Amino acid sequence: MAWFKKTKPKDTNKRVKIPEGLWVKCNSCKEIVYRKEVERNLQVCPKCNYHFRISAKERLTLLIDGGTFQELAGDILPTDPLKFKDSKSYKDRLEENRKKSGLTEAVITGEGRLNGIPVVIAIMDFHFMGGSMGSVVGEKVTRATEEATQKGVPLIIVSSSGGARMQEGMFSLMQMAKVSAAIARHKEAGLPYISVLTDPTFGGVSASFAMLGDIIIAEPKSLIGFAGPRVIEQTIKQQLPEDFQRAEFLLDHGLIDMVVERKNMKETVYRLLTLLK
Amino acid sequence: MIRYYLDFEKPIQELELKIEELRRLSNGSDKKAEEELGRLEQQAETLRNEIFSKLTPWQKTQIARHPDRPFTMDYINMITDDFIELHGDRRFADDPAIVGGLGSIDGINMVIIGHQKGRGTKERIRRNFGQPHPEGYRKALRLMEMAERFRKPVLTLVDTPGAFPGIGAEERGQAEAIATCLMVMSRLKVPVISVVIGEGGSGGALALSVADRLYMLEHSIYSVISPEGCAAILWKKNGEIGQEEYARAADALKLTAQDLLKFKIIDGIIQEPSGGAHRDPEAAAMNIKETILSTIEELKDAEIEKLLEERYKKLRRIGKFTRQSE
Ligand SMILES: [Zn+2]
Repeated sequence: MAWFKKTKPKDTNKRVKIPEGLWVKCNSCKEIVYRKEVERNLQVCPKCNYHFRISAKERLTLLIDGGTFQELAGDILPTDPLKFKDSKSYKDRLEENRKKSGLTEAVITGEGRLNGIPVVIAIMDFHFMGGSMGSVVGEKVTRATEEATQKGVPLIIVSSSGGARMQEGMFSLMQMAKVSAAIARHKEAGLPYISVLTDPTFGGVSASFAMLGDIIIAEPKSLIGFAGPRVIEQTIKQQLPEDFQRAEFLLDHGLIDMVVERKNMKETVYRLLTLLK
Repeated sequence: MIRYYLDFEKPIQELELKIEELRRLSNGSDKKAEEELGRLEQQAETLRNEIFSKLTPWQKTQIARHPDRPFTMDYINMITDDFIELHGDRRFADDPAIVGGLGSIDGINMVIIGHQKGRGTKERIRRNFGQPHPEGYRKALRLMEMAERFRKPVLTLVDTPGAFPGIGAEERGQAEAIATCLMVMSRLKVPVISVVIGEGGSGGALALSVADRLYMLEHSIYSVISPEGCAAILWKKNGEIGQEEYARAADALKLTAQDLLKFKIIDGIIQEPSGGAHRDPEAAAMNIKETILSTIEELKDAEIEKLLEERYKKLRRIGKFTRQSE
């Protein structure tokens, strides 16, 4: 909690993760839209309903009742277990991402209330190293899941990730198994897990906890899959269908339960939790 | 037998060809030639040991992918007294990139599952180069659940470049299939033993290796991303990449069995014969069999609840992080 409050003021001026200026270009319809209007619209394009990527903290305010959030495991930080050799050191890369995002890692976890219902929530942030999962993300999500199991409350995970973090090698890959094992126990305890997928959710995150929700919800037009579209195109040497790996495509193929707009997310999760009670 | 030699195996090839030639000529009658043969064989052994004790991570990657290296079905044929392959996920198809079935090793019945690469162009394509589709993982799940029902231990052999990145695979839920394997294996109520026999390629390999004991063959690899994929992400923007960059990436990723044992990510290393498993598949198979039998002996009387608790703790420990000092 302390950490969360502490970093909040300095974060307000970079709340908007879309380019500076009065106008922004929509990633989806390519229209130039008035920035204030996008902000007022919960960072959703007023022309085409594209949901811009937002920070974990913004999501937190959209999903959790004000003043109820207690951060968990906010003090654990990444190390460089492989002494990863790149043109830039992993440590420098982490530092750069800390400055850029105002975060210490790619996920925030904690407990709070959702329209009064006590829940444990983990929210990933794509702005920190592409939301990649290394030891810290794996550990924080596992602890959050264990906390939910122990307290007997629902678990909500909002995913946004390019996949496992290369710089921590096999330590990253094994986090997939670690979190999945914790989720298995949460399920065995008869507790609901709601997985919310946002743009983008891929690789080691989609192939572990993101796809294990009792109920899986996605934001409109989010790109979601196992392999990235570029890798697939290179492998099969074919052009991909227009809507390939979009949330609506996953819905059509029976892979998720529903596509829900940002403005309706909290209410939807609340109704689901109420119906599962 | 036509053998394939990698560049750094070429000195071994020269000697081995010489030995074969001499053996053919001497026909076992010439005493002098026999002495010379013995000397050359000794020399070859020394050379193999020398080269293989100093393999770089990139060379190990190439050995792990060696076309002559024994694959899952080769090992199954060598280590089982009986094996019946079972097919299909009962939902969509049978995936030839994952094989599985009921087998018996030294009289112990178990369910055996593994990634399967092909030998020869036609077979390699049929096996999709060992890259499974979701139905492969769902077949594995079906067999694991069967193992649980009949209380048979599960053995998995891991050897894949990764799960297949394709349109059908995505449409049918590749991510969900892998995720479900991870979750189900973590709670499977029978002992699970995994051996990485060649290439442990990312999530597609992990999906079959959540186990009570995870072993790797001495020259196998296990990695979050292929050296080629890693090199492309890191250095492609600076121009063309090739062997040198792949070698750098293989180094950086710490993907060898020796590194992963040091990190306590795996439980043990299974020795390969001199010159690698492909030089003497029978010897490699016997080492695997011995490890499986001693592990079964160790796990067979464990109470299920305790086994699951230990399996959870084992996964739970993996990860490196620090605490904020303030
Ligand atoms: Zn738009």
